[in-house]
Amino acid sequence: MKDWRYWLAEQRGTLLAFGIFIVMFTIYTSNHPAGFTANVVQTASNKGVLLAFVAMAQTLVVITAGIDLSVGMIFLLTNCLASWLVIGTGIETALGVVAVLGTGLLCGAINGAIVIYGRLQPIVTTIATGAVYFGIALLLRPFPGGSVNEDLADALTGRLFGVVPASLVALLTVVLVVWVPFSRSVLGRAAYAAGSSEMAAYMSGVPIRRGKFAAYALAGLLAAIGGLFLTFFTYTGEAAYASGNAYTLFSIAAVVLGGVSLFGGKGSAIGAIFGALAFRTIGDLLFVFDFDPLWQPLFQGVILLIAVSLGAFALFRVRNRLEWFL
Amino acid sequence: MSETTVGGIAGRMPKFIRRADPAVLTAFACIVLLLFVGSLYSRSFLSPEYLLQQLKVASFLGVIATGMMLVILLGQIDLSVPWSVAAGAMMACAAAAYGPVGVALAIPFGIFCGVAIGIVNGIGVAYLRIPSMIITLATNAVAQGLMVVYTGGFSPQDSATPAMRYLATGFAIPGVPNAVVIWALIGAAMVFVLTRTGFGRTVYGIGNRERAAYLSGIDTRRVVLIAFAVSGGLSAFGGVLLAGYASKAAQSMGDAYLLPSIAAVVLGGTSILGGRGSYLGTVAGVILITLLQSILSVMQMPEAGRQIIYGVVIVAMLLLYGRAPASR
Repeated sequence: MKDWRYWLAEQRGTLLAFGIFIVMFTIYTSNHPAGFTANVVQTASNKGVLLAFVAMAQTLVVITAGIDLSVGMIFLLTNCLASWLVIGTGIETALGVVAVLGTGLLCGAINGAIVIYGRLQPIVTTIATGAVYFGIALLLRPFPGGSVNEDLADALTGRLFGVVPASLVALLTVVLVVWVPFSRSVLGRAAYAAGSSEMAAYMSGVPIRRGKFAAYALAGLLAAIGGLFLTFFTYTGEAAYASGNAYTLFSIAAVVLGGVSLFGGKGSAIGAIFGALAFRTIGDLLFVFDFDPLWQPLFQGVILLIAVSLGAFALFRVRNRLEWFL
Repeated sequence: MSETTVGGIAGRMPKFIRRADPAVLTAFACIVLLLFVGSLYSRSFLSPEYLLQQLKVASFLGVIATGMMLVILLGQIDLSVPWSVAAGAMMACAAAAYGPVGVALAIPFGIFCGVAIGIVNGIGVAYLRIPSMIITLATNAVAQGLMVVYTGGFSPQDSATPAMRYLATGFAIPGVPNAVVIWALIGAAMVFVLTRTGFGRTVYGIGNRERAAYLSGIDTRRVVLIAFAVSGGLSAFGGVLLAGYASKAAQSMGDAYLLPSIAAVVLGGTSILGGRGSYLGTVAGVILITLLQSILSVMQMPEAGRQIIYGVVIVAMLLLYGRAPASR
């Protein structure tokens, strides 16, 4: 086999997600009353980028064969925090942003510490810490409100040179600054190895604990970036339980659509980003076809059900029935 | 379950304590501690009326946690509880709008809807081999979508039938609320199934190692399917009871039951990886969580504080006795 064929096999999930996104987005814009204009792209990217950040966060943890059911709550918590702190003069705003991102990192680190050093199961741990994070969010914002530095918000949600959505540029920057270095570092390799086979990785002397810890902590950071952007879009903070839950759920859907294996060790955040963008576009298809918005939750649920059921096709390739049982 | 560490103080303890699961003992110890703390706070905390009231509130969670425990024993999880509860309650109330036949069939119809959700979960997990966490989240979303579509178009009848109210709040036996009786019956049935039937032993077997159970000639997929159907049905039944208790169904009524039901099962010493756990532990977990909620509300703790304490208590208790083994 040639090198490019290995590369293709490795990137199959990501490319598939990219393909689904392109097809869906083409259908979306060609049926949109305004057509393919800078405005439509800006609105769509602003909505999609939020989910993309949370999906990236979920990817990091899923790669280690874990799951983070608290990403949506970290997203809410940092949103509420940002609606207090990211305001005022340039220096104050910058400090606020640092504080918000630091909080996210801390939340992720707490999850990681409990899962890795406390040796508890990720599902139960993150459900419980998610309740704590939601509680803190509710303390910060018992009622929706607050404000944000609007200059910064408008700059990051507007368009660069009148064409390119600034939020997409921000997403690309985060990918280049957080994901690419992480996935190429020793810690990133360790996170993949731990997800693929923790036993084998441990025997080979891979620093799995540090790798997993870094993955959980960075997941918190990425969710916080998402929360920050939510504040930039809405100008307010709101601790809405349903919204946090929805983001957690959609992040899992995006990860699955993006070709990241829930059993760990396989997939990339790039795939999850396209999965998130595709999922958002599919959800919005209803609007361009003039359906009743009441149908949107059902439609998204069915898409999710179909997306996760697609994984079942791998069963047809199984030769030995014992491989059903992992 | 822990017969390995006998010696020292443990060796001198009565036999039944030595043989008990340390997790169950810890849970019961925490219940006693909570009752003590509560009695310091308010004199009426230890009165029979108050305790019976707590038991009644606990029985709704108890019914739901019973189904959750069956699924967790298999090493799976059911995250579709919120909308199984809501769907059971809303469909039962909705059926009551269709004349006397509808009223008569309201409760079975509500449970049937939960079983249907559970069957979809079961098919996904057992036959399509989708991770249970994912497929149950997806069916939860679909159930939510269906309920939103159903209630959004027109205004359905959303008040509970007299039979539902009787089940949740009536007294068939003087002094004992019906809900407690129902929980006791369901619990007894669960204990019987888990300890005295082949099905129950199979559940533990699959939870330990599904591959081994399959090679022993057990149709493991059918057992998993049935377990998920039972879990969905019990969630919906819990919803029916809740609707009877509140005398109406509401969209978000199930949201408050997902975390507590998992927490109750896990705090009761059932391993989240499956294959280990006793129903007595789940009972202890359910009572523990209900008492904790009750004390927090007696202290007039706001919702935010309740969520925080809740999460912290669960993590702290699990760190006490729910940890995975260290060495590999």
